[in-house]
Amino acid sequence: MKEELKKRVIKGPDGFEFEVDPLQDYYCEAPPTVQPAAYQKIVEKIFNWARSESIWILGFGTGCGAIEMRPLMTPRFDAYRFGVQWRPTPRQANLFIISGYLSTKTLKRAIRSYEQMQNPKYVIGLGSCTINGGMYWDSYNTIKRLDDYLPVDLYIAGCMPRPEALLAGFEEMKKIIRAGKAEGGNLYAENFDWYKANQKKVIHDWDMPEHSW
Amino acid sequence: MQTLYTKLKQLFKLGELTEQRQDLAFITVAQEQLRPLLLHLRDREGFTHLVLLTAVDWMEEGQFQLTYLLNDRAGARDIGLRVMLPRDSATMDSIHDIWPTAATYQRELREMFGIGFPDSPGVNDEFILEGWNDIPPYRRDFDTLKYSEENYSHRPDRETTDPAQHMKQQLYPDEG
Amino acid sequence: MEFEWIKIPYSLLTLFIVINFGLLLTALIQKIGARVGRRHGIPIYQNYIDLIKNYAIRSSITHGFMFYLGPVFRLSGGVGLLLFVPTIYGSEMFSNLSFAGDLILALYFVFFGALGMALGAGESGHPHAAIGVSRGLSQMTAAELPFALAVFSVALQYQTLSVTDIVAAQQGGVLNWTLFTNPFAVTAAMFSFLGSMMRPPFDVVLAPQEIPIGPPTEYHSSYLALMQTNRVIFPVAKIVIYMNLFFGGAASWPVFFLKVFLIYMVSVFVGVAFPRFRVEQSIRWFLIWAMPLGILAIVLV
Repeated sequence: MKEELKKRVIKGPDGFEFEVDPLQDYYCEAPPTVQPAAYQKIVEKIFNWARSESIWILGFGTGCGAIEMRPLMTPRFDAYRFGVQWRPTPRQANLFIISGYLSTKTLKRAIRSYEQMQNPKYVIGLGSCTINGGMYWDSYNTIKRLDDYLPVDLYIAGCMPRPEALLAGFEEMKKIIRAGKAEGGNLYAENFDWYKANQKKVIHDWDMPEHSW
Repeated sequence: MQTLYTKLKQLFKLGELTEQRQDLAFITVAQEQLRPLLLHLRDREGFTHLVLLTAVDWMEEGQFQLTYLLNDRAGARDIGLRVMLPRDSATMDSIHDIWPTAATYQRELREMFGIGFPDSPGVNDEFILEGWNDIPPYRRDFDTLKYSEENYSHRPDRETTDPAQHMKQQLYPDEG
Repeated sequence: MEFEWIKIPYSLLTLFIVINFGLLLTALIQKIGARVGRRHGIPIYQNYIDLIKNYAIRSSITHGFMFYLGPVFRLSGGVGLLLFVPTIYGSEMFSNLSFAGDLILALYFVFFGALGMALGAGESGHPHAAIGVSRGLSQMTAAELPFALAVFSVALQYQTLSVTDIVAAQQGGVLNWTLFTNPFAVTAAMFSFLGSMMRPPFDVVLAPQEIPIGPPTEYHSSYLALMQTNRVIFPVAKIVIYMNLFFGGAASWPVFFLKVFLIYMVSVFVGVAFPRFRVEQSIRWFLIWAMPLGILAIVLV
């Protein structure tokens, strides 16, 4: 753990001593809660339709697969016509694409980003690395099963899957959302302890809040 | 390259010259000769650019080999300097004052091979591995498969096929 | 003057029309921008879906009191701007809540939203938001200067501070428009217009590729939806002012739609053709090119 993140006692300019714990974030004390769907079924259906037609992706390329996401913005593939857009901040994104292998260092960042996204949120695992490690199955610092650490709604297999496969994946994702089965955010909240235990098993220096809110 | 070698030979104690290509050669140097040689190459011979600094693990000989690759932009030629270090308690002088970029390479080597570079800025900071708890992973006695199996959960029933054999089976199933 | 209560539902009707028009217009503009890049672009109804989706997000977090108020201020800036200037000239129904000094109020409302946004983004605590706001405010200040000068010039020219009177003075032919009677003021104001439409070359504040997205970095779900609503109202409201002051106003809705679209297209044409300015470059640009024009307009009047 970095020196500046450790708990320590600081002496103020007026000689007053106080303790600081940089990792203690009072907002992050509470674990995530399950967010119920809209009470009226028909309302939830309309909402799900809107969610499926307006997928905002977090622009976070975690691995080499990110290179396959860029062509989707270009005239040849143009994912915008399907209502797919990229957002630069996790607060506004709904869909997190784990693009390829995830090293433990990146996993830390991915978890933080995922937890900052707002419910309902979805995760797509892109490439075989997220499924079973792919060609990095014996690597010393990449995780082998994404669904142990984050709730995954959909996998797109391939090494790398082409942009067409991604477009097909978006269409599949839309079907899942419309059917109301994309409840990854709630799944994460329900099994929070299990996910945290798995995450902490591979991240040896846990130097961030328990739950980034 | 040969002319450069004979010229350098008069000034420094050098090992053998290996000419890889017309414009690429490697010279083995003793540990204490490296710094004056680097300075000489940079200031007198026009090798102004440090292309890379990397290491090779010769486990059987008990040695690490450091390779300093320099580039002469005007002369369009590269020269690599090899330095052999004893494998246990390997340390090397830092060259970050000659090329500041070397500090990053040295930080990586410190983390991946465990080669010490005292005085190099930030050399003990984590580079790619965060919270590493084993021997440096690029050392050849580190068993990456074993580490991976012990630390990460694997998805069961993963199959591996040899690509050549697999395609042969797919395309020509009759030939056995 | 007696206040007529019927004005309130009428102005709400204006608001409703403008929101829908703005939602479609911004999508259309985006589509045009995409076509320039040989893409299909978003569907024309995409803004509605995005809006529903953002209202439908189940969870939202807060960073404090001002964080709530930021989008509210922003939206009230846009709505206020729209409600206090006459939308359709000569129509009892759609002259909204305009009164004798509404030009001053409009100038104030143009800035009001940005100030609210600055407070909210500052409260969000995200460093990118703070950087974005300071960039945005400095660029906006530089862009507002020529506009303010142009407005003073126009007010001097017509000797009134009422938007309705200014529109009335421009009736009776294209040549009566301020565009032709006071071209320097209009040019200065149009330069400022480019700066305030958040399109290239002056969109460094909100561009997703820059300091990620600037002030709204931390905003999400309903907050973001509120801001999106404002993002469709505000350009239209701003263009209404421009239309009334410089381009002869509009006497009916079709003329209104056409004029707003054409004025919007000015910034789109510039936007697709020119790369992005950095903030200090754009400030220098406003001060060197637009400011002297504004001063010249005042002097000539």
